[in-house]
Amino acid sequence: MADMIDVAALFVRFGSTQAVKGISFRVAPGENFGLVGESGSGKSTVLRALSGLNADWTGHMAIAGTPLTPRRSRDFYRRVQMVFQDPYGSLHPRQTVDRLLSEPLLVHRMDNIETRIRRGLAEVALPDSMRFRYPHQLSGGQRQRVAIARALMSEPDVVLLDEPTSALDVSVQAEVLNLLADLQQARRLTYVLVSHNLAVVGHLCQRIGVMQGGELVETLTAEDLRAGRVKHPHTAALRELSVELEEPEGAHDPGLASGR
Amino acid sequence: MLVEIENLRVQFPTATGMSEAVRNVSLTLGQEKLGIVGESGSGKSLTARSIMRLLPSNARITADRLQFDGIDLLTADEPALRRIRGRRAGLIMQDPKYSLNPVMTAGAQIAEAWRVHRGGSRKVAAQAAIDLLAQVQIRDPARVAGSYPHELSGGMGQRVMIAMMLAPDPELLIADEPTSALDASVQAEILRLIEDLVSRRGMGLLLISHDLPLVSHFCDRVAVMYAGRIVEELPAGELTRATHPYTRGLLECLPTLSHPQRRLKVMQRDPSWLI
Amino acid sequence: MSAFTTVLSRDWLLSETPASRAQAAWVRRYRGWLQFRANGLAMVGLATVAVMIVASLAAPLLAWQNPSAQDLAGRLAWPSAAHWFGTDELGRDIFSRILYGGRITLGMVVAVVALVAPIGLAVGSVAGYLGGIVDRVLMRVTDVFLAFPRLVLALAFVAALKPGITSAIIAIALTAWPPYARLARAETMTVRNTDFIAAVRLAGASAPRIILRHIVPLCLSSVIVRVTLDMSGIILTAAALGFLGMGAQPPMPEWGTMIAASRAYILEQWWVPTIPGVAIFAVSLAFNLLGDGMRDVLDPRQR
Repeated sequence: MADMIDVAALFVRFGSTQAVKGISFRVAPGENFGLVGESGSGKSTVLRALSGLNADWTGHMAIAGTPLTPRRSRDFYRRVQMVFQDPYGSLHPRQTVDRLLSEPLLVHRMDNIETRIRRGLAEVALPDSMRFRYPHQLSGGQRQRVAIARALMSEPDVVLLDEPTSALDVSVQAEVLNLLADLQQARRLTYVLVSHNLAVVGHLCQRIGVMQGGELVETLTAEDLRAGRVKHPHTAALRELSVELEEPEGAHDPGLASGR
Repeated sequence: MLVEIENLRVQFPTATGMSEAVRNVSLTLGQEKLGIVGESGSGKSLTARSIMRLLPSNARITADRLQFDGIDLLTADEPALRRIRGRRAGLIMQDPKYSLNPVMTAGAQIAEAWRVHRGGSRKVAAQAAIDLLAQVQIRDPARVAGSYPHELSGGMGQRVMIAMMLAPDPELLIADEPTSALDASVQAEILRLIEDLVSRRGMGLLLISHDLPLVSHFCDRVAVMYAGRIVEELPAGELTRATHPYTRGLLECLPTLSHPQRRLKVMQRDPSWLI
Repeated sequence: MSAFTTVLSRDWLLSETPASRAQAAWVRRYRGWLQFRANGLAMVGLATVAVMIVASLAAPLLAWQNPSAQDLAGRLAWPSAAHWFGTDELGRDIFSRILYGGRITLGMVVAVVALVAPIGLAVGSVAGYLGGIVDRVLMRVTDVFLAFPRLVLALAFVAALKPGITSAIIAIALTAWPPYARLARAETMTVRNTDFIAAVRLAGASAPRIILRHIVPLCLSSVIVRVTLDMSGIILTAAALGFLGMGAQPPMPEWGTMIAASRAYILEQWWVPTIPGVAIFAVSLAFNLLGDGMRDVLDPRQR
């Protein structure tokens, strides 16, 4: 099957610094691809270049076989959507949920706005009573649901997720991750998930790219990551840390803090 | 006991009466490491800040006992509180970007903290600042002392914050989500550093976090807060034997690499937890 | 009929779960009004402004004397039953001159604000959002306007046009917009790189749409505050122009001109210049109070 996303030799620069140094990856339709790395590794920069927010890149990027240019068409913005890290910052503070959800519909001149908004809210399990609330009247988890509903309004094929749960409490994180998995099943979406949390990426994605210093040092399956079949020392280091810290003290030993 | 809290309540006036942010919290802290874990809004930060009397001005605070090293914090006047704040008890906050002065070098800020609490000449203070930076395991303390906050990484900034807090040689360190703005590897380093410093200097540590498994690695005891209350308190090593459904829920809803689940467990909140 | 009563019921207006977008909008307005009403000072401001405007519009009904009729024998009279506020240096009734003058003064203020706020908002938000060369050109133009003292520039404009109220309005508007542009630009710069604007860009919205529908509403509340603070300044500039013969032409009763013309009597017949002064003061203060109240209502985060 043709790739949904094809990125080849992508370079992105910020002023004089090269933030992304020639990375390549492909994502099949309906696949979840994760990008992990520490802050400054360039993972979010890749996502912003892909989404069209950063136009200062060189290389090849294509969505469903159509090469991307720095300037994107309206159709591109319909097919590719993004969910941001901070659910408060990504919702306009003076707009109700209704207004936030109707904006993509108006921009893309879609019909049945009323029905689509109701369906959109139901899809992310928000009650109708939330429809005319402002973001500040919602909890963090509810706001992120609104952001997800907004991303799905224009019926995209690809959703780019930039640390979608790292600003949320762990219990809410579980709900949002389950929701993202359900939506993907129901809508046949393709996700690119960026996170610093290996466990989150490993949970949601089938394939994972590990970034360090603007380069993609390793691409592996989630299966291999869990089993520890890693090649690059950076991947091994990230994995080791994640496995050690994700279990509570006393659950498995010898942990790094034991014996102190 | 360094800190003794009995029946602490923190309330905020709202349009519909008082809302209780902290309800009947009791805890004690000696020269040990206590973790307070809970989600946002659980009252964990307010509890810790009550010890420094650093609450928003509209907060109403009551307690049967709120003591720091035998000093009654409820009746203490502002000068007495100032002698505790920053000098005998240090606070490390979440994001060093906001808690460091952007137009002063790291060294100057630490030196100032040193001089305020211990006096001494500029030269002595500047040397002390470099010593402190070395103590927080910064490899090139002289260079970092001369840098401005924006030239430092998040982890480095947090080390500077810690060095600043250590300047007056406090007996208690309160760390409020000290690493949630940092990468996992830096997070572990900073927490290990804090743990190490606290153990070596014989301080008390109050570590506030939303990450239960993480905290358990660096504390002796863990108190789990939910809706303003401590629902469970247990030794860090015995978390797997936690009995309260909320504590269990916090542990189970995390995705892990070692135990993959098709669907994550979602916490079912029971109204009876509130009573 | 029943539909009509449901629409007007308090429950419908205070519903937590509006059924339609129209109802949500009405709930929002009604809540805003309730909040505004709870603000005593803002209500005082609103009432004062309303009374002033209504009184000015109804001047022919309320003032029984011709504002231009001179009575040199009874000049500079103390307030009496015949002349509630006394008479001025030409024996004209000050009460009716205040009422008729309100039409001119308030009309000028409203006209200036109606010109200045949109121009400032447009220039500032476009410059702030687009940045680069557009920003530089627009801001240098703004700086040129800011570089001259306001009154001198206004004088030059009126002199180049033709002395009169319309020219005065245009001249004041031309000199008053740069601070608004600066303000709008500063506000725009703080939001242009936020995630919520990025999200709208990713929805495919065009730059004009983003500026108009997403950025300008955020700049509005600070512009409103600035406008209400500027009201008295605008009135005074209008008065200064009138005093120099460049604004309202005598015998037109404009408040500022009235003060200017009678300033010689401030020690002996103090009420003659004081009464229009009180009118200006009251209107300025009322607009300030009104503006503060409106800003609180316009920002839903404070609700």
